[in-house]
Amino acid sequence: MKDQRLENRDQRLDDGAFHSPVSNLPFRHRIGKVWYFVFQISTVIGILALAALLLNVLNSAFGYAALEAKVDPAALAVNGVTIEKQSKEQLVALLQSKLSRGAFNKLEKDGPFQKRSRANVYQLVVERIVKYDVKRSWQLWESLTRSSEIKATAARDYPNAQLKFISWFTSDFVSRPQSSEALTAGVRTAILGSLWTILFTILLAFPLGVGAAIYLEEYAADNWLNRLIRTNINNLAGVPSIVYGILGLAIFVRTLEPLTSGSIFGLVDPTTANGRTVLAAGLTLGLLVLPIIIINAQEAIRAVPQSLRKASYGLGATKWQTVWSHVLPNAMPGILTGTILAVSRAIGETAPLVVVGASTAISFDPTSPFSKFTTLPIQIYQWTSRPQDEFRSLAAAAILVLLIILLSLNASAILLRSRFSRRY
Amino acid sequence: MEDQRKMSLTASLPKRSSSLRGRRRVGESVIQALLFFSGFVSIFTTIGIVYELGKEALLFFQMPEVNVLESLTTTTWQPHTGDFGIWPLVTSTLMTTLIAMSIAIPLGLGVAIYLSEYATPKARNVLKPILEVLAGIPTIVYGYFALMFMTPLLRSIFGKDVVEIYNTASAGLVMGILILPLITSMTEDALSAVPRALREAAYGMGGTRLEVALQVVLPAALSGIAAAIIIGISRAIGETMIVAVAAGAGPKFTLNPFQGAETITGHIVRISGGDLSYDSIDYNSIFALGLLLFIITLTLNVISQRIVRRFREVYE
Repeated sequence: MKDQRLENRDQRLDDGAFHSPVSNLPFRHRIGKVWYFVFQISTVIGILALAALLLNVLNSAFGYAALEAKVDPAALAVNGVTIEKQSKEQLVALLQSKLSRGAFNKLEKDGPFQKRSRANVYQLVVERIVKYDVKRSWQLWESLTRSSEIKATAARDYPNAQLKFISWFTSDFVSRPQSSEALTAGVRTAILGSLWTILFTILLAFPLGVGAAIYLEEYAADNWLNRLIRTNINNLAGVPSIVYGILGLAIFVRTLEPLTSGSIFGLVDPTTANGRTVLAAGLTLGLLVLPIIIINAQEAIRAVPQSLRKASYGLGATKWQTVWSHVLPNAMPGILTGTILAVSRAIGETAPLVVVGASTAISFDPTSPFSKFTTLPIQIYQWTSRPQDEFRSLAAAAILVLLIILLSLNASAILLRSRFSRRY
Repeated sequence: MEDQRKMSLTASLPKRSSSLRGRRRVGESVIQALLFFSGFVSIFTTIGIVYELGKEALLFFQMPEVNVLESLTTTTWQPHTGDFGIWPLVTSTLMTTLIAMSIAIPLGLGVAIYLSEYATPKARNVLKPILEVLAGIPTIVYGYFALMFMTPLLRSIFGKDVVEIYNTASAGLVMGILILPLITSMTEDALSAVPRALREAAYGMGGTRLEVALQVVLPAALSGIAAAIIIGISRAIGETMIVAVAAGAGPKFTLNPFQGAETITGHIVRISGGDLSYDSIDYNSIFALGLLLFIITLTLNVISQRIVRRFREVYE
């Protein structure tokens, strides 16, 4: 029996590629080299994909645009003073004379002119009277390499337009509110919306997540219920984000509408008639990142050495005293790192918020938990969905803002980890 | 297991001291109850998902327009005309997933083998963070990339008459890039968990680097790799923003990857994008579709966990 098996093995050894005779060696090495090349190429493709993605965004965020003004700004000059240099009062008067009474009164109602800044009024003049229209826009690469060609095309096709090199990504872009005009649109509304939403996400997910992690690591006995909770958390981490959006729509927007619209506090925002608010969005994202925070916090707590706990117990501390004064402080850098990573995931989420009901076009900043909201990724989604090139450029600029926020969050997580990590 | 035992040992310590003193600490029990509640919230979430999705989906199936048998056998999904054939949504979901995985599996395995078996520590320290960056980019950015880069690329290669502006091929390809880091990192973990002794033994037998990697290390890590692939598929099926931006609007029963077709997730996003009124057939249909997604991804995740637990090669 045994001999038989050995014989079989010898047979296999003679046949198998692995154990082929030494005479085959050059061939085997050649095959090895080919595959080594294949593995390297896959790695290079991965890196190229990342590079292409970033370059593609940069390429769209800058470039020439042919702008045509409905009213020539030179014609609006008073006594040779161009509108760039006119005072706020002059500009208000200009608005009053050029706009219909109804339109002017609506602006006054939205925000009294006395309270508006000069920059804001100037923006209104440009938006409502001059009305630049982007006839065509070009991307950065074309703008750099074929600028003379572009100038010729622009002069031929749009004789009334002026060609301008536009950087869609500017400090103004970050500080301006959302607008339906590409040239004056900004992402302040969206950034504030994201911040408000994330605030409630953290308020919900951080205490619950850390609490659950402490329970599972320090208190839970090994019984079926706790095993169920563990398995369940792992499964929840794999549920598609859009399913959380549907859950948020059913629970936070519909069932808990009195809470999320603020009506039980008597604080209904006049612009929102339902529960599609900052609060509902934040809570939905909170449920979404909860499993991630729990899993990360569990790892951080597990890394705290047993000797610390034993020393604490040895001094007569109770369980909670030990957890609160020894385990948590030592696990905190790890917990915070995990939380920051979870938050950066939440900031980039789009799909669940579309389902929960992000607003499509709001130009006023969210002011309370019960405001309507839009967030940065939602804004990117809306601009990307529009067919005009200039909105795609705006989307690229907004992507840059989003990536910078995420990058700084990740950098702070790495710093935190390296700064506070202790070795035992 | 040993950790568990240690923990129960330490857990018994304070209890004994309190019983010596004969004093019950109410605060401690309250805190423990609160912590248990936090742990239990995750169970509530699952119950919430199953209950809410199930309830509305049931309403959907009870509607006079909807017939389960019909929706499984017909190929038109048009809520407004009362056609609820699920196949156009399912085929396009499968198509984007298939395209994504045909990119992500070979590339992901290649990168993982390179990182774990060939790369110097220095190269690994540079490459791994790059992959992590790739994994941290929000999916809407990938959607933008698909629409603004991949689609024009495909159109310039295959011709503008062949490739529509919105198509499943470009969404699927970019989804493959999105899933690549996931598969790579899980596979690399599995490969580096294979003990060194196995590699040394194989080298000792005269194996070349490639033979050791493909015939010794890879089979030993197979359960981890299979789990990575299944998680990748589950991720691809649930991926939303790339298909919502690049794969096109409107359900269409087609197997041509260069045509636009709406996936399950893409459909949910488009339907719920407007102001959805409650108890309309659209509202109920997204719950039915959500339930379908939830069941598919949950099944895949559970399978992947089972594979890891059952087929893991245990050394030592």
